[in-house]
Amino acid sequence: MMNDSVERKLALSHMSVAFAAFIVACILGEYQVLERSGIFPALESPAVYFASVSTHGVLMAYVLTTFFIMGFGYYTASSTLKIPVWNPLLAWAGFWIALTGVVLAAIPLLSGLASVLYTFYPPVQADPMFYIGATLLVVGSWVWCGIMLVMFYQWKKDNPGQNVPLAMFATTANALLWLWTSAGVALEVVFLLIPWSLGWIDTIDPGLARTLFAWTLHPIVYFWLIPAYIAFYVFVPKQAGSFLFSEEAARAAFLVLVVFSLPIGFHHLYMDPEQASGWKLLHGIGTFIVTLPTFVTGFTVIASLEIGGRLRGGQGLFGWIGSLPWTNSMVLAVILSLLMLIFGGFGGIVNASYAMNAMVHNTAWVPGHFHLIFAGTTIIMYFAIAYYLWPVLTKKPLYSNNWALVQLWTWFIGICILTTPWHVLGLLGQPRRISSVAYNNLLTLSWQPYELAMIFGGLIMLGSAVLFIYILAKTWMSDVSETENDYVLEYAEPLHPVKNLPEYLNDFSLWNKTIAVLMAISFGIPILQFFFMDTFDSSAWGY
Amino acid sequence: MHIDPLEKQWVQIALGICAFFIGIIMLDALFHNINAPSNVETIDSARLHLSEEFAEQNLGVQVDGEGQVVVRMIAGRYSFLPKEISVPAETKMTFRWVSSDVLHGVHIPMTNMSTMVVPGYVAQVETSFPKPGEYPALCNEYCGLGHDHMWSKINVLEKDEWQQLQLSMNGADNDE
Ligand code: HEM
Ligand SMILES: [Cu+2]
Ligand SMILES: [Cu+2]
Repeated sequence: MMNDSVERKLALSHMSVAFAAFIVACILGEYQVLERSGIFPALESPAVYFASVSTHGVLMAYVLTTFFIMGFGYYTASSTLKIPVWNPLLAWAGFWIALTGVVLAAIPLLSGLASVLYTFYPPVQADPMFYIGATLLVVGSWVWCGIMLVMFYQWKKDNPGQNVPLAMFATTANALLWLWTSAGVALEVVFLLIPWSLGWIDTIDPGLARTLFAWTLHPIVYFWLIPAYIAFYVFVPKQAGSFLFSEEAARAAFLVLVVFSLPIGFHHLYMDPEQASGWKLLHGIGTFIVTLPTFVTGFTVIASLEIGGRLRGGQGLFGWIGSLPWTNSMVLAVILSLLMLIFGGFGGIVNASYAMNAMVHNTAWVPGHFHLIFAGTTIIMYFAIAYYLWPVLTKKPLYSNNWALVQLWTWFIGICILTTPWHVLGLLGQPRRISSVAYNNLLTLSWQPYELAMIFGGLIMLGSAVLFIYILAKTWMSDVSETENDYVLEYAEPLHPVKNLPEYLNDFSLWNKTIAVLMAISFGIPILQFFFMDTFDSSAWGY
Repeated sequence: MHIDPLEKQWVQIALGICAFFIGIIMLDALFHNINAPSNVETIDSARLHLSEEFAEQNLGVQVDGEGQVVVRMIAGRYSFLPKEISVPAETKMTFRWVSSDVLHGVHIPMTNMSTMVVPGYVAQVETSFPKPGEYPALCNEYCGLGHDHMWSKINVLEKDEWQQLQLSMNGADNDE
């Protein structure tokens, strides 16, 4: 076996940053539900609340995800291709650039100088250090993208005619997706926000800024989700004692995700006046197309699980479910993850439908929905991946499988208790992003019980998050000697060996061109219009 | 390459579901004219008081030459102006929203009167309120530390009640 100490260290370092950000943000999350409820008058302070939500959002959405994805990607690349990470020095440079960015952004965030939330919509302005820090985080992640692409193409050159292993194919797809995705926000930050916050330019067009941000805002959620899908396809079947039902379908699903998640960001602008309805309709259609790979993923994963359940003796229409290895943390996580995905999927259809969207747009429904899909469906798979990888990375046995199972169940229960009332609050008209209920209106009386339920949901999640960190820390610090253990990752075998794979399921150049065309169509005129119209810029505002 | 027949069937079902939803939104958009606010109309948010349309005396509810009810509102930290308005129930009306400072959003709960109010642009929404009652208009996009306090009152009155109110208000104006 190859000596992979460099790769293990890279993965552990990235993931440690990710999970440190995660636990800090969970504490802030629980403070937020307490503050919002209004039952602790001493806690109430909009200044602290919005500094906290800004920090919580940035840590969860940008730091946890990006660092986790980079760490997981480095290890996936070297373990599937069986080659060392290309240019480890560069990889470390990426790590430190990104971490410096996080620290630079954290300073104004925590001192209340960047309470602009994780979406930082102008013309409310943050301290320049916040924008610069965020940029460095993205630049660090680009280094990772570059390394993934180089390793992918080098391996292909050295192994002509062979199929790139599925896990690496999907990881590289995600790197490509992220390069395209982050370009929108990078244009916004580099050409608009940074010069404006440094005083080099006086004014900014909020319509253009929102359009560029919308370019990023949709595909970024697939960037976060893809590691979960990778685990669905490459880890889950084997852990369930089964085979991957169809590797070809898996590859196609990843490609459709990458291609169609990009040109559809205007569903975040459905309610905006600066884009015309024709463009919104076009992006709306794309939004439904991008549900296809999720349908396919659901089918393939459930079919793989069913084969596993039947191989283990399960019978009847649903009997195979009971005979799945529920005590395997990867299998338990995927079951809970799919359950949350089904509920969340219904919510997603409401959001995507023009007419219904008007009822829930920017209400409490929205954070309710994305905590279910993001903190639920996605993050529970990050946990399972961490449990699976940790013994491999630290060369020590997992501290306790039983506690890991308890942790996954409590996270699921906590999510249900947190997000169900949150959705209801949205239907009852509560706006998102408020620190207190100050409206003098009867409507608000019905909100109180739901706020209380959210506190309990959050508390269970916080407890679960602490347990997660405890299990990883205990594993890492145990005094079992490292040299005796040689854990390896086991990747799922396809049910039917993959023969004669067409090149378009083993390469990205065709898809890269397709994306370029689709992006030019769906964003070209909507962005250029701002340079042809008579627009009126805004100057900077505090908050 | 191997694709299982079951999987093929499933993909067809999924395509069907997709086509169904796409059909619905196309129908709504192209035939029922249900469209999100998308008028792409610019305005100088720093000089609203100098604009004819959003000068103070023109804010609130007006009935234009064709009998169409038009409501003009300014979103500014931290309220919507005018702070309280009355509109008729079961009547088609046009809302025109502008911001005098930062990004806001406005939603009247339980209704589809929802739009972002982006500085530099006029957001136009057509709607009607079926049920009379007192509704809040809430800011639903973070706009600063006073965001929680940003709201106004919309009274939806029975049609004739509203007409009487209009008449008496016009009368009061003439007395002055
Ligand atoms: C202990 C568990 C958690 C609790 C109690 C919690 C609670 C909250 C609350 C109360 C808000 C403010 C929403 C608003 O003001 O409208 C919020 C925002 C947010 N949360 Fe969480 N959260 C938790 C975990 C997570 C996780 C695990 C993620 C994702 C990985 C996440 C992602 C976000 C994001 C991105 C925002 C920003 C939303 C915005 O700016 O509108 N949260 N959370
Ligand atoms: Cu989206
Ligand atoms: Cu506001």
